[in-house]
Amino acid sequence: MFRYIVRRLLQMVLAFFGTTLIVYALMFAGQGDPIQALAGERPVSAAQRAYLTEKFHLDQTGIGGFFYRYFDYVGNLLRGDLGDSLTGRKIGDMLAQAWPVTVKLAIIGLLVAILVGVTAGVIAGLRRGGIFDNATLALTLLVLGIPTIVLAPLAQYFLGVKLPLFPPTAGAEPSIYALLLPGIVLGSLSLATALRLTRTSVAENLRSDYVRTAKAKGMSVRRIVSVHVLRNSLIPVITFLGVELGNLMSGAIITEGVFNIPGVGFNLFRGIRTEDGPLVVGLVSVLVVVYLVSNLVVDVLYAVLDPRIRYE
Amino acid sequence: MSVNVNERSGLADRRPAGDDGGHLLEVRDLFVEFRTRDGVAKVINGVSYHLDAGETLAVLGESGSGKSVTAQAIMGILDMPPAVIPSGQILYRGTDLLKLPEEERRKVRGKQISMIFQDALSALNPVFPVGWQIGEMLRLREGLSRAQAKRRAIELMELVKIPAARQRIGDYPHQFSGGMRQRVMIAMSLALDPAVLIADEPTTALDVTVQAQIMDLLGELRRDLNMAMILITHDLGVVADVADRIAVMYAGRIVEHADVHSLYEAPAHPYTKGLLESIPRLDLKGQRLTTIKGLPPNLMRIPSGCPFHLRCPYARQECVDVVPAVRSLGGDRTSACHFAQEVIDGRL
Ligand SMILES: Nc1ncnc2c1ncn2[C@@H]1O[C@H](COP(=O)(O)OP(=O)(O)O)[C@@H](O)[C@H]1O
Ligand code: SF4
Ligand SMILES: [Mg+2]
Repeated sequence: MFRYIVRRLLQMVLAFFGTTLIVYALMFAGQGDPIQALAGERPVSAAQRAYLTEKFHLDQTGIGGFFYRYFDYVGNLLRGDLGDSLTGRKIGDMLAQAWPVTVKLAIIGLLVAILVGVTAGVIAGLRRGGIFDNATLALTLLVLGIPTIVLAPLAQYFLGVKLPLFPPTAGAEPSIYALLLPGIVLGSLSLATALRLTRTSVAENLRSDYVRTAKAKGMSVRRIVSVHVLRNSLIPVITFLGVELGNLMSGAIITEGVFNIPGVGFNLFRGIRTEDGPLVVGLVSVLVVVYLVSNLVVDVLYAVLDPRIRYE
Repeated sequence: MSVNVNERSGLADRRPAGDDGGHLLEVRDLFVEFRTRDGVAKVINGVSYHLDAGETLAVLGESGSGKSVTAQAIMGILDMPPAVIPSGQILYRGTDLLKLPEEERRKVRGKQISMIFQDALSALNPVFPVGWQIGEMLRLREGLSRAQAKRRAIELMELVKIPAARQRIGDYPHQFSGGMRQRVMIAMSLALDPAVLIADEPTTALDVTVQAQIMDLLGELRRDLNMAMILITHDLGVVADVADRIAVMYAGRIVEHADVHSLYEAPAHPYTKGLLESIPRLDLKGQRLTTIKGLPPNLMRIPSGCPFHLRCPYARQECVDVVPAVRSLGGDRTSACHFAQEVIDGRL
C-alpha cells in the first residue's frame, strides 16, 4: 500500500507538469505577441510592456524561451506564488477568498447527493419494480437529461424569483442559506447518478449468495439489509461520491456563474472571458492538484472499504 | 402434538424423532413452482423424504433436478416470489415449518437445521472477517458478547481443523484456500449446535484431494456431534462411504429411494441404473463409460407420463401415457417406474 501511494504521488507529479504545461501553452503560446495575449483586448503601455518583458523573460525567444518561462512559472508556483492577475490582485489572495466558498458549495451538493440520492437509491433497490423505483427512475432520467446550463437558470427563476424560497443570487461572502439552492442544483447530477448506482448495487447484492447464507444463519431481514447488503452496496457508491467531490469543486463554473457566487469557478469563468491568462493558468493548476489528490484519496478509500482490493 | 422448536437443542434432549414417533425431519409431498414472466416452472413435483436423528441421507440427481430448491424450501430461504409452494408439508420434530410464522421459522434456521453451500467464496460475505461472520450468529442468536463470540469462533475453527485458527480469525474469506473456506462455512453452520446439517454439494467447487478431506471432516463431525445430515450431490461416487440412504431425484421427483447397499447392488429405476453406469470403475478399466443420453426436461413443459421416458432405454407406450406411481419395494425402498421390479431383477 505504501509503495502504491508513493508510486501514485510520482505519477501525480508527472500529471501535474503535463496538464499545467498544456494549459500554459494554450494560454500563452501560438500568439504573435505574448504580452498582448497576456493582456487580452486591453491596450498595453510601453512601461507595462517593459515590466512584463522583464518579469516573464520575454526577451528569450523560441521554444527554449517558452520552456524557460514555463519552468520559471512552475518554480514560483511550487514556492506558493501564483503570481498576479491582470487586474493587479495577487492570485493567491483571490484563491484564499474564493476557495472556501467553492468548498462549501461542493459539500452542500455532496450532502444533497448523499442524503437524498443514497437513501432513495437504497429504497428503490429494496423495492425493485415498485412505484417508488419507477418514479425515481423517471425523475433521475429527467435530471440527467437537463444540462446544468438550463437547470440552473430554471431553478433560479422558479425557486428564487417566482416563488422566492431562496435568494436568487448569492453575492460576496454568501451565507450557507444563500448557497443552498445553487448547492442543490450543483448536486442534482451527482444525486441522480448516486441514486441509480445505489439502487443497482443494492438490488444486485440482495440476490447474492452471501445474503442467502445470512438468511440460513437465521439473521433478520433488517439485519441482512442494514449490515450485510449495505456494507457491500455502498463500496461503489462511496468511491463514486469521492470522485464526485473533486468534480464538484472543479466543475461549478456554470452554477457559480449563474448564481453569482464568488467561488473558484466564478473567477475562472471571469478569467476566461477577460482573457486573464495568469489567472486562468493559476486557477487551473490548483484545480488539477485538487483533482489529482481527490482521486488518490478515493483509490486509497476503495482499498480500505473492500478488503479484496490490495494495491502493490 | 407439536413441540417447541425454540428449545436449546443440546445433545440431551435430542430425541431420535419427533414426539409423535415420526421422523426428525420429513418432507411430505412437496410442490414448488417458480412463477416468472416466461411461465411457470414446476420445479418440485411431490417430493417426499425423511431423515432420522444421526443418519445421513444422500440426495442425488443431475443438475437442475431440484435438489437445492428442496433444501432451500426446508430452510425457508427460497425467494418467494418468484417461488411458490402450492402444497406440501415440512415436518421438523412433528411441527410443520411451512405453517410457522416467519419470526418462529427464523429461530429454526442455524439452530435446529443449518446449511452449507457449494461455493464458499460467494456464500461468505466478502467484506467481513471470517471470525466476525461465525461470531455474528453467536452474538445475535445467543446473546454472546463480542469477546465470548470470538473465543467460541476460534474453538469452532479449531473444531473444523483450520490451522492457526487464532491468528486467522481476522482474515477475510478471499485470503483462504477453497478447502479452508469450506471449513469456515462448516464452522459457521455448527455454531448453534444444530440437529440437522444440509450440505448442498459441499465439495463440488473443490479439487479432488480437498474433496475427500472435506467429506471425511463432515463424516467425522456428523458422528462426533451426533447430527443428522442431508448430503446433496450429483456425484454418486462420493456418497457410498458416507450415506446411509439415497434419494434419487429427477425433474423434481424422487424416482428412487433405497439404502446405499441395495441401491448399488441392484438399482430399481432406469435413471439410477444410468447414473451407476456412468461412474468410473476400477474393475472395468479401459471400458467406455456409458452416460445417460439426452438432457433433463424443461420444467415448464414436463413430458407426459414418466418424465424420464424420452431418455429411458426401456420406455414403452405405457410410460408415455401414464405417470408411474411411487411403488414400495419392501422396507424403505421405493421406485417410481412402471417396471421397477423388472429393473431390480435385471430382467430389462
Ligand atoms: N429463482 C429461480 N427462478 C426460476 N427458476 C429457478 C430458480 N431457482 C431455481 N430454479 C429452477 O429450479 C430447477 C431446480 O434447481 P435446483 O434445485 O437448483 O437444481 P439442483 O438439483 O441442481 O440443485 C432448475 O431448473 C432451476 O432452473
Ligand atoms: S416408467 Fe418407463 S420411462 Fe419411466 S423409467 Fe420406468 S421404464 Fe423408463
Ligand atoms: Mg444445486
